[in-house]
Amino acid sequence: MLRAIYDWVDERLDITPLWRDVADHEVPEHVNPAHHFSAFIYCFGGLTFFVVVIQILSGMFLAMYYVPDIVNAHASVAYLQSEVAMGAIVRGMHHWGASVAIVMLFLHTLRVFFTGSYKHPREFNWLVGMLIFGVMLGLGFTGYLLPWDNKAYFATKVGVQIAASVPVLGPYIASFLQGGDIVGAQTLARFFALHVFFLPAALLALLGVHFILIRRQGISGPL
Amino acid sequence: MSKKVSRRQFLTYTLGGTAGFLASGMLFPMVRFAIDPILRKGEKGNFHDVNLKESEVTDIPKQVKFTEHRKDGWYNPPKGETLTAWVVRVKGEIIALSPICKHLGCTVNWNSNPMYKNEFFCPCHFGRYYKDGTNVPGTPPPKPLDRYEVKVENGRVLIGPLQKT
Repeated sequence: MLRAIYDWVDERLDITPLWRDVADHEVPEHVNPAHHFSAFIYCFGGLTFFVVVIQILSGMFLAMYYVPDIVNAHASVAYLQSEVAMGAIVRGMHHWGASVAIVMLFLHTLRVFFTGSYKHPREFNWLVGMLIFGVMLGLGFTGYLLPWDNKAYFATKVGVQIAASVPVLGPYIASFLQGGDIVGAQTLARFFALHVFFLPAALLALLGVHFILIRRQGISGPL
Repeated sequence: MSKKVSRRQFLTYTLGGTAGFLASGMLFPMVRFAIDPILRKGEKGNFHDVNLKESEVTDIPKQVKFTEHRKDGWYNPPKGETLTAWVVRVKGEIIALSPICKHLGCTVNWNSNPMYKNEFFCPCHFGRYYKDGTNVPGTPPPKPLDRYEVKVENGRVLIGPLQKT
């Protein structure tokens, strides 16, 4: 049945080469944990991507109940967490997943560093990876404010003050982040926009480049 | 072709099954979370005193307003929402009609159109109802107006939730 549907579509649209291109890639022996178990360190990049997918999915669902407004933000989070079925689990996935994503990303960075995979000809992909790192930290920083509780508020105040300590540009960065003179209604609105539109878009674009480059250049050789 | 499952097929099924199991474990909480409003039971409404004595109910529909406090997710309107009922005595029985037109949800009014005396009239598409809420045949509404539950206590009229039809 499924086979027949697939064949029907494939005959007309020739979709096989599309997914073959994605699925058929070289996995050298030294990165395959089935050959050398220690090769699991090569899994962290893929795990980071997997967690990012969970973050995007759970975030989409959380957005069904969340409102980015200083009067209702905390109440809506409390509602979805304690009154909506599975709310604690879905929010938990997003909450813990955020930390797991950063940890995985960091382990991936360490692996790339200690195997020297960033060297010629892959310098460019290292830079793209650093940009992804920045975007991920931005996602963590902007997402932290959204529950609009005490921890969120004061963490953001501290974060904005750190940003404000940048020479010359500091005050401008702080104003941009706050959307005004204080951490308040406008800060919450723009952090929400950054968290769900701007940064995820940037992240997906950068991930696209990251993956295209690794396919182009192949996985770096054994130590 | 033999009917035996080949090694490749077996591995494909096993891998696919495992992946499907893991994916559904991940997706189930999120889907359940999203469809919660469908599975949620509605709150039971209360009866409201509308400051109307039983003896004041005549066979001419009388409009009464009352306030319903309904929680809307995390939002609880401080003043509640104002609802309207048309209270009328039909064949000795007191009924309270909802003013929401059964055609497309506009608000009907008693005797508001000079062309249709002693009828509920909906200005949107000229829907009409008789005094007891029955829709006038040949006008847009497909069903009679909804009725609120009515209770009389100590000679006063109390209006409850909408009746299930």
